[in-house]
Parts: sequence; structure tokens; C-alpha cells
Amino acid sequence: MSHTLYVPRRPRVPLFAVLAGLLLSGCGVNNIPTYDESAKAKWSDVQNQYQRRADLIPNLVETVKGYAAQEREVLTQVTEARAKASQIKVDASTVTDPAKFKEFQDAQNALTGALGRLLVMVERYPDLKSNQNFLALQSQLEGTENRISVARRDYIDSVRAYNTELKTFPGLIWASTLYRSYKPMETFTVAQDLAKPPTVKF
Amino acid sequence: MLCRFRAAWDRVILGVLLCVVAVAAYALTFPELTGRVVDDAGILDPSTKAALERKLAELETKTTGQLVVVTLKSLQGTSIEDYGYQLGRHWQIGQKEKNTGALLVVAPNERKVRIEVGYGFEGTLTDAVSKLIIENSIIPRLRANDFAGGIGRGVDDIIQAVSVDSEEWKARAKRRPDDEPSLLDVLALLFFLFVFFMIVRSVARQDRGYAQTGAGPRRGARGPIFIPIPGSWGSSGSSWSGGFPGGGGFSGGGGSFGGGGASGSW
Repeated sequence: MSHTLYVPRRPRVPLFAVLAGLLLSGCGVNNIPTYDESAKAKWSDVQNQYQRRADLIPNLVETVKGYAAQEREVLTQVTEARAKASQIKVDASTVTDPAKFKEFQDAQNALTGALGRLLVMVERYPDLKSNQNFLALQSQLEGTENRISVARRDYIDSVRAYNTELKTFPGLIWASTLYRSYKPMETFTVAQDLAKPPTVKF
Repeated sequence: MLCRFRAAWDRVILGVLLCVVAVAAYALTFPELTGRVVDDAGILDPSTKAALERKLAELETKTTGQLVVVTLKSLQGTSIEDYGYQLGRHWQIGQKEKNTGALLVVAPNERKVRIEVGYGFEGTLTDAVSKLIIENSIIPRLRANDFAGGIGRGVDDIIQAVSVDSEEWKARAKRRPDDEPSLLDVLALLFFLFVFFMIVRSVARQDRGYAQTGAGPRRGARGPIFIPIPGSWGSSGSSWSGGFPGGGGFSGGGGSFGGGGASGSW
């Protein structure tokens, strides 16, 4: 009962395609899109955390106003910095646009600075410092600043992996052939990353 | 000539050494996850530790959330916020799908304490709640050098905060995504049914054939071939136990952390 093995001609092409696919995926042909997706996901997390901070601010400003309305200058600075940071339209394409990225980073840093000054000013108002609402807001702000720094660091790490893949072998080959539209991503500058979030003390 | 080689070689060695030093300086070292209470700083006595372990294990059976108490000898020069989330990620505390993990970190030498909250607990154990627990329950006792009292009270409060909706957690635990059949399971089942059907049919045919010749069924002689199917049958059940080793051991369930929680110092 020995049959000669009969292979029809047609399935060869799909078979070849499947084999080629398997071989290529071994060469990291999928790495660039994979790293790209991962970095973009991290970027949206960074955006979320900054948004969360922006959402906290109006409430914080209102609470502080109740106790320290005369500190108009500091309060206005925070409100203005927040408005400026919120005005910048940010999306997934921001990360490959150096000018836009810098604009975003500068605006957020300005807001961080203004918030820092606000929290220093608060030290002079013991009633405000012991207000329950303020304490809750303050701890949320602290937590958010911490989440921002974690999200930024995760983003920096995944952008590093992505940019390295674009510039090193074998990713270099795929970047110059299949994935020409994939550009290197911007990342937060080191000096900014080392700068600590405003420390809040009781 | 030789001398120049020597100098170049020395430079290479120096470079390698510098790299090693740089890596060592950058990477934090973490204590081993020996149980639900990791007393690296050695500030808890065995009976307190056992009582805490019991409470934490009970929390896990009730809510599937994981809470770990850790005391640290040193923060290795970084902030407790930085150390905390990295430690949580390193140990992977919390269930993988839900990230319901939390750490109570105490660094007695730096006089710092932190509640590190996993993504899944951020809704119940919020930053504000964590801060209140730290300021009201933990710090006053730590100031009086009552480590066991401060940590015990903190653990009680955290458990209370995260168990508010424990009934809901139970319902969620019942319909874990792992238990739902995946497409692969369905395909494997269909394939299995198909093979089974073919086998039954061939056996039936043989039976009929033998019946006609009057030889009776001779199963096994030239009968169906058994095909072992590698599929998800064996593995589909085991994914549950990933974070729940049956014995006394304890390990993280694969949860992750994103910097939620609050800190304080005394």
C-alpha cells in the first residue's frame, strides 16, 4: 500500500509565503511595529497622567483661594500655566515632532514650577494646611506627580528600545525598506527627568 | 610596542570595570520575596510576623488581592516612591489580569513609610486614603517606636479599604477571563470531536464488515489509531494557580505598579 507522495503545484506559493514569514519574523521584521505600539501606549499613559494633574488644579486653586485670596499672583500663575498646557493639542504624532514635543514639555514644566511655588506659599497658611479638603487634594497631587514620573520613565525606556531598533542591525534594514514611515521618537531630556517633582511637606 | 598594547589593554579593562560599577550603581537590589511579610530590616518579632502573615493570607483568599509588608534596611540612595514601585514590579505583587496588589514599605533607617498601590487597587485605596492611613494610623505609632503596632494598624486599615467591595471581587473572581473558553479551546474541541467521530465511524464500519464475515469485532488489531493532541487541555486549568502555589510558598501573581499610593516620614 505504498503511495507516491503527490504534492499539488498550487499550494507551493502560500507555503513559501508562510515559510518566508516565519523566517523573517525570526529576523525581527515585526520588532519595529511592536516597539512602536509599545512606545505609543506608554506615551498615552504619560498624557493621561498629565491630564489627571490638570483636572486636579481647578479644585486645588479654589480651595487655596478660600484661605489665601490675597496671593493672587501665585494663583493666577498656576491657572495660566494650566490653561497654556491644556491648549497644546497632543496626540500620537507629537512624539515624532521635535518642535511640538518641546512645546509640550516646556508647558508642562512651567506648570510643575507654578505648582511648586503654590505649595511653598501654602506653608504660610496653617489653617489651609490643616483643611481636610486641601490635604486630600495635596495627597492626590503628590500621587499624580509620582505617577507622572513613573509614566515618563516607562516612556523613556520604551522609546529607547524603539529608537535603538531603528538604528541597529537588523532593524536598520527593515527601517530603510519596509518601515520608512517610522521615525525616531522624541524623549524627555535627561536634565528634566532628573529634576525632582515638587516635594510637598507638612 | 608591547608596552602600547599593554596600555590599550589596561584601558579596556578600566572601561569594563567602569561599566560594571555604573551598572551596579544604577540597579537597585531587592530583598527576596520570602513570604507576605518580608522583614529585611529585622524590626518585627516572630509572633507579630505570624499574625500579619495570617491576616494577609486571609485577605488574599477573600479578595484575591495581594498585600505584602516589607521593611527595608536601606533605600539605596533613592526615594521611597522610586524604590516602592520598582520593588512592586520586581515581585509582581497582585493578580496579573487585575493588578490588585499593594505594598506597605517601611524604611526605619530613613524614617520613611509608603503605601505602594497597584493599578487595580487605585480605585479603592486612593492616594488620599493611603495618605490618611499613613498620617493617622501608622506615623503616630512609628514615632513612638511601636513598629509592630504601626504596621499592624496600617495593615488593618488597608485591608478594610480594599475589602469594601470584596463581594464584588468575589463575583469577579468567579468569572475570571481565564475560565472562559478561548478560540483555541473551541477549535481544539471541534478537532477532537471530529477525530472522535471519524474513529467511531471507522469502528462502526469495521464492526459491520466483521459482522458480515461473521468474525466478530476485533478492536485494536487494525482499529483506529489514537492520536495524541497537544492542546490547551492540560494547561487551561493551570493558569489559575499561577499566583497561588498550593503549599506554604508565596509568590507574586504578575501584577504591576504605576506609582500610586502615598508616603510619609516620621
